[in-house]
Amino acid sequence: MAFLLAILIAFILYPILRVLWIALSDETGNLTLIHFLNFFRRPLFREALGNTLVSGLLVVVFSGLISLPLAYIIARYEFRAKILLQTAATLPLVIPPFVGAVALQLILGRSGMVNLLLMRWFDMTIPFMEGLTGVVLVQTLHFFPFILLNTVVSLSNIDPSMEEMAQNMGCHGFRLFRRITLPLMLPGFIAGSLLTFIRTIDDLGTPLMLNYKNLLAPQAYLRITTVGMDDVDGYVVCVVLVVLSLISLLAARKYLGLAEYATVQRSAPVTRRLHGKKLLLVWLLCGAILGVSLLPHIGILLLSFSKVWSFTLLPTAYTLGNFAEILFRAPHFIKNTLLYTLLAAGLDIILGAAIAFLLLRSRLAGRNLLDAIATLPLAIPGVVLAVGYLRVFHGWDFPGLGAPLTSSWVILVVAYTMRRLPYTVRASYAALQQVHVNLEESAQSLGANRLKTFAKVTLPLISGGLVAGGLIGFVTSCVELASTIMLVPRIELGPISYGIYIYMQSPLGRGAGAALGVVAILLVSLGTYLTHRIFGGRAGNAFRI
Amino acid sequence: MQPAEVRLDGIGKSYGEQWAVRGVNLHIRRGEFFTFLGPSGCGKTTLLRIIAGFVFPDEGTIYLDGQPMDHVPPWRRNVGLVFQNYALWPHMTVFENVAFGLRERKVAPSEIERRVMETLKQVDLQGTENRRPSQLSGGQQQRVAVARTLVIQPRLLLLDEPLSNLDAKLRIDMRIELLKLQRDLGLTTIYVTHDQEEALALSTRIAVMNGGRVVQESTPRQIYEQPANEFVAAFVGQSNLFSGKVLQADPRVIEVRTDDNLVIRAASSASAKLPERGDEVLLSVRPEAMELRAAGSTPTGANQLTGHVAASAYQGSFVEYEIQLAGRALKTYTINPKGRALFQRGQGVVVIFAADDVVIVRSDGE
Ligand SMILES: Nc1ncnc2c1ncn2[C@@H]1O[C@H](COP(=O)(O)OP(=O)(O)OP(=O)(O)O)[C@@H](O)[C@H]1O
Ligand SMILES: [Mg+2]
Repeated sequence: MAFLLAILIAFILYPILRVLWIALSDETGNLTLIHFLNFFRRPLFREALGNTLVSGLLVVVFSGLISLPLAYIIARYEFRAKILLQTAATLPLVIPPFVGAVALQLILGRSGMVNLLLMRWFDMTIPFMEGLTGVVLVQTLHFFPFILLNTVVSLSNIDPSMEEMAQNMGCHGFRLFRRITLPLMLPGFIAGSLLTFIRTIDDLGTPLMLNYKNLLAPQAYLRITTVGMDDVDGYVVCVVLVVLSLISLLAARKYLGLAEYATVQRSAPVTRRLHGKKLLLVWLLCGAILGVSLLPHIGILLLSFSKVWSFTLLPTAYTLGNFAEILFRAPHFIKNTLLYTLLAAGLDIILGAAIAFLLLRSRLAGRNLLDAIATLPLAIPGVVLAVGYLRVFHGWDFPGLGAPLTSSWVILVVAYTMRRLPYTVRASYAALQQVHVNLEESAQSLGANRLKTFAKVTLPLISGGLVAGGLIGFVTSCVELASTIMLVPRIELGPISYGIYIYMQSPLGRGAGAALGVVAILLVSLGTYLTHRIFGGRAGNAFRI
Repeated sequence: MQPAEVRLDGIGKSYGEQWAVRGVNLHIRRGEFFTFLGPSGCGKTTLLRIIAGFVFPDEGTIYLDGQPMDHVPPWRRNVGLVFQNYALWPHMTVFENVAFGLRERKVAPSEIERRVMETLKQVDLQGTENRRPSQLSGGQQQRVAVARTLVIQPRLLLLDEPLSNLDAKLRIDMRIELLKLQRDLGLTTIYVTHDQEEALALSTRIAVMNGGRVVQESTPRQIYEQPANEFVAAFVGQSNLFSGKVLQADPRVIEVRTDDNLVIRAASSASAKLPERGDEVLLSVRPEAMELRAAGSTPTGANQLTGHVAASAYQGSFVEYEIQLAGRALKTYTINPKGRALFQRGQGVVVIFAADDVVIVRSDGE
């Protein structure tokens, strides 16, 4: 317990408090709000804050608009194209947003496919990808599945008799949706939207790739990396980010609690078959959604095989050289990713199981603190955690390492482990909750001691939940950029996401970057597939926190 | 609203290969308390949902007051349904829940207020109107569900195991409340249950169902006293069943040799056709119709079987005995014999019962 607390405090709480302290103190070490006043006095920062709020809100609203009808169709109707729709809904999840950003540049950008065609036919262009529009577009395309999955869950959790009762009372059609269905699903829907909002303000890669800097996350990054570690403004931006996330997280938890009340008691929800015109309409819709969700994948795949592709519809010359580059000349990106993420996932599983066990089965004081700190990473943007690490671990030799932690690749494993810890804690907590204490007690009454009971009874029963949490940690760490980009000590220690970022900086490297992107997509797909294969529909729940 | 009359005409509904209900013909008269009784999975809920309009039958037609319901959606049928889990809307208060149906019917607000309060009073729930369903006890929730349905003055009330989520004591109290309410309002009611006691206590008529079919449709007394077949005899109440061959049959008494070599005399009923010598028959005798005497006494009675007590269970108002005969066991109930000694395990006894108490459940001569 003390050991776990120490780890969590050292690697989560303390770095954050350090960031907070710097933002809140002056040179003489007194508490002050002067830095925050300065923050709000600078138009640049005010604008960044406004842009962050607006873009997050727009992404959530657009995603909601796409998701509501789709979710309703998935949850309430039976038709063969449903599998297409469900696939379309998971496709964006496997492509990291910053990779998607590059791909969409090629298709929708100023000299991308669509605009070239528009130019040729109508002599006009549409600035899809410029500025904030581009960020919102890329993020909506990437994040709408989170809201969609959440909405489907909220909808299918509604007890069908709630709606049937209303029909029995004379209510039907859109009125039924407005008076019964919508209010019952709303808490779950809002919770999902808030969690998505947190992800959008955490996303550093997309604005960097689109070269749009006037958001909070890139501002924090740029302050620290260009102005320097001692620039107070960077820390202030970090604190503002954390406050935004924290508020959203707390609100999401409240709404999730509210959502509990409407959940099913009876077996399967009622689904209807679709016929005629409606069916055709749904088919068209599915096709359109699938097409749009596939755009980034197609773009990145084309780019990865292209030798020359600029100012033309499609690449003008193809090559396998990009894959040769990343597999043979610079294979360390892939190797590093596997090493870091698997290590982190393993550590997460161990820590997650231990923490969940203490939370549920022990009466020790300090459990609440443990729980709170273990949940905290959900509300800490990657940039902020990275800044905290740089501040705390820079400049002194870490015991047993002989060098500062920040100059070793270990720091990346630590960052990944801590950032994804909430997933394994939640997953093991949920799994452990299913294991009735009686099962353990009966083992003990048959003569097994505590340790044996845990190993022989508890562990096998919760292993499914543990692996699920670990896999989700693996999948999300594979494409983590926000903290990676700040913490990578040297290029050759960088993982895939870092490699993509570096390659994409030069026009010549874009092909290799895309090839790495393809590898990332494959890794994430594999992880996602395994999660679904092993855990079926329940896997989605882990994303709901 | 005048209570409805319901006719089910050859109703069948299949899920895939399996028929949930099949060939159901019933006529439910105005003001009746009609019960579908049967074991789990026999199709009771399906039948009820067909009447409410949530399930459309694959075969047959429903008539409400003579009108075919083939193309009438649930929201136009004006039948009230109470779900087993009550289905109270958690995002609305008790008042809003009960007022919902009236609002859908565009009733004036002042009228809504009046009728909701009146109905809440009817089910004894005054003062709870501003609470949420989650703040009510199980019994209160059940009454809100009933009030919500009654307030729209449906022409037909459908109840799907409305008491099954309540504890035993409350179930019996609510049973009586429900009975009074229905008889006062004169509302045609269809009630679904798998609890035979509930069915017998409440109904004017019962349809016993098994495997998707109605196997007997009759008054509670007839169902209990004249079970139409083996299934009903065993499902409704307890029964001692004997199968055997007719030894001789005359218009007064029928003598049967059972498969375990007992001889049982049954009174022949005036209505049924007289079986012939050699016919295979199934007899049923209720446990409470059997009387016990200590062995050695010389009682009189049409049927006397000797055996010994294999087990006894004291139930308060009666004592349940299992009597071991030469080839088989019998179950008997003895009204609590206050003060008198109970029979002991192993004690020899004579079981006696009248020929009138023997029901010929089935006879293949028919
Ligand atoms: N939506 C459905 N899909 C497939 N089969 C169904 C469906 N609804 C009912 N069934 C089947 O039809 C049969 C009758 O079900 P029904 O719910 O009517 O039984 P019941 O008599 O109400 O049982 P219980 O007392 O358990 O509520 C069952 O075998 C059930 O499995
Ligand atoms: Mg049922």
